[in-house]
Amino acid sequence: MKSGKWFKLYIGVFLVFLYAPALLLPIFAFNDSSIVSFPLKGFTLNWFNVLWETEALHTATKNSLLIAVSTAIIATSLGILAARASSRYKFRGQKAVMGFIMIPLVLPEIIVGVSLLVVILQMGFDLSLWTIVLGHVLICTPFCVAILSSAFLNLDQSLEEASFDLGRSKLATFWLVTMPLVLPGVVSSMLISFTISLDEFIIAFFLAGTEPTLPVYIWGQLRFPQKLPSLMALGTILLILSLTLLATAEYFRRRSARKTGIEDAGGFL
Amino acid sequence: MTDPIIRLSGIDKFYGDFQALHDVNAEIRTGEFFSLLGPSGCGKTTLLRTIAGFEDVTAGHVEIAGQSMDNVPANRRPTNMVFQSYAIFPHMSVAENVAYGLKARKMPKDQIATEVATALKQVGLEGYGERASHAMSGGQRQRVALARALVLKPKVLLLDEPLSALDKKMREQMQSELRHLQRAVGITFILVTHDQEEALTMSDRIAVMFEGRIGQLASPQDLYRRPVNRKVAEFIGVMNFLDVSVSDGTGDTFDCDIAGLGKVTIPAEQAPGGVDASVTAGVRPEMLTILSGENAHSEREASGIVEDVYYYGDMTYYDVKLDGVDHPVTISMRNTAGRSVLSRQDRARVGWGAESVLLLK
Repeated sequence: MKSGKWFKLYIGVFLVFLYAPALLLPIFAFNDSSIVSFPLKGFTLNWFNVLWETEALHTATKNSLLIAVSTAIIATSLGILAARASSRYKFRGQKAVMGFIMIPLVLPEIIVGVSLLVVILQMGFDLSLWTIVLGHVLICTPFCVAILSSAFLNLDQSLEEASFDLGRSKLATFWLVTMPLVLPGVVSSMLISFTISLDEFIIAFFLAGTEPTLPVYIWGQLRFPQKLPSLMALGTILLILSLTLLATAEYFRRRSARKTGIEDAGGFL
Repeated sequence: MTDPIIRLSGIDKFYGDFQALHDVNAEIRTGEFFSLLGPSGCGKTTLLRTIAGFEDVTAGHVEIAGQSMDNVPANRRPTNMVFQSYAIFPHMSVAENVAYGLKARKMPKDQIATEVATALKQVGLEGYGERASHAMSGGQRQRVALARALVLKPKVLLLDEPLSALDKKMREQMQSELRHLQRAVGITFILVTHDQEEALTMSDRIAVMFEGRIGQLASPQDLYRRPVNRKVAEFIGVMNFLDVSVSDGTGDTFDCDIAGLGKVTIPAEQAPGGVDASVTAGVRPEMLTILSGENAHSEREASGIVEDVYYYGDMTYYDVKLDGVDHPVTISMRNTAGRSVLSRQDRARVGWGAESVLLLK
């Protein structure tokens, strides 16, 4: 049983490496010292107050949320179209098209960022939040397509035919039958593209005009050591928010899966 | 006879280079229970989906109740379908499933409720309306699918292998229920099945399909007793084939010499597909008799060796190698009182008559 012991140790070390740094965030966020180091000094909520009073941070947060929500909606809509098309129809060049949609998944973001920057400037557009949305949609769509494809493939095609056969139009069928049944996949897709967009740095850094996103803002603040504890506080908030979001989404996904008796409709947890 | 409810004329269907339907012509009568029977891949489901409007025809026309269905999509055809997978909407209750098509017609709510209740009662699911549809068993889902289609009072109900997913006992029960339901509602049913027994017991008429063509369209009895060719005969029930040489034909009769049986004159109606050099003699297992005892006699008699015995309780099936024939023929005998069952290697006297034999191309 010696190998079993080593395996457990390996798992333990692995988990510590993965999560311990994240646990440091809340610890130092409440630490009453401007220097981020042990030993801890005492409890304070001061760093959260600093966040509350920093206008630039609020703007960056608003920018990020706007971009992340727009990205989630656009990328998921595109994903629905692509996933439905590829799961329902066989067409010439299907594999090639789907392949090209998935390529941004493995494309280095720095290449995407630089090339988009060059193209956008050459076309004479100004950099804005929307140029960032463009870049984020590009890198999020493959994830959406992957999640939604599995949702659409799990959907019995005869359900749509039955709805059509019972007198509904194709559009009504889509809203009454298709969408409710792939909804868990849609939620997962929105969630993952929201999360990817929210913490994406490289593309946002290249394509941001005068308005920074949250990660870009945080990166900018790292130059000032005295700001570090307040960034820890910010990190703590983000950590709690994203965990809550994931848990809520997973709860709704499981509930709807139970309700429809469909086992896996494209969740990712 | 009333006008046909469905007229199929010259239907061709291609998928790329593959031709799924070859010049299909048929008329389906109003109010009949019609079956499309054939092995998998014969085009029976494609033909059903063509009638439903899910598949475009490459050539030819579908006419339903005198109306051309050219360019009429499935949602505007007077047909409804029961799918092989039942296609019950899992996110809706049983009642919501049944009400689905009525809502599309913008029927008032209280009228929908009445119609749904009637339809559920019709299929034996009274009081199940509020159940979650995914919690229903296979047989119950099937009934929901039936109610959901019948509630719309279609001119034709299309059933795509609806019984194939059920176990044997449930299937037999649903067969008789479907038949009763069809008589009660008086709607034309078109059933797709690969199960010849199912087609024979349920249908008024059957179209047997092979490789995209209708091989024969006839009543179950005619199909069994007068198959037009060897292929149909092989597919419907068991048929023994024996070499035959036809020496002479007057037009009304054919003089035949059948391997293992002997010489006989056969009336022309027992050669429904005509006679040429490729013809073989077909004999159903129950048209041959094992003669046992001194008193047993028959119009004609042949002899052979029992190769195998399959005892089914009420019936016994024998594989008998007739003298001069190298493959055995199957003979079925009812196990009536006092009839002894032969054993392997016994010599058997085989009784037969001119009426036992069909000439098939």
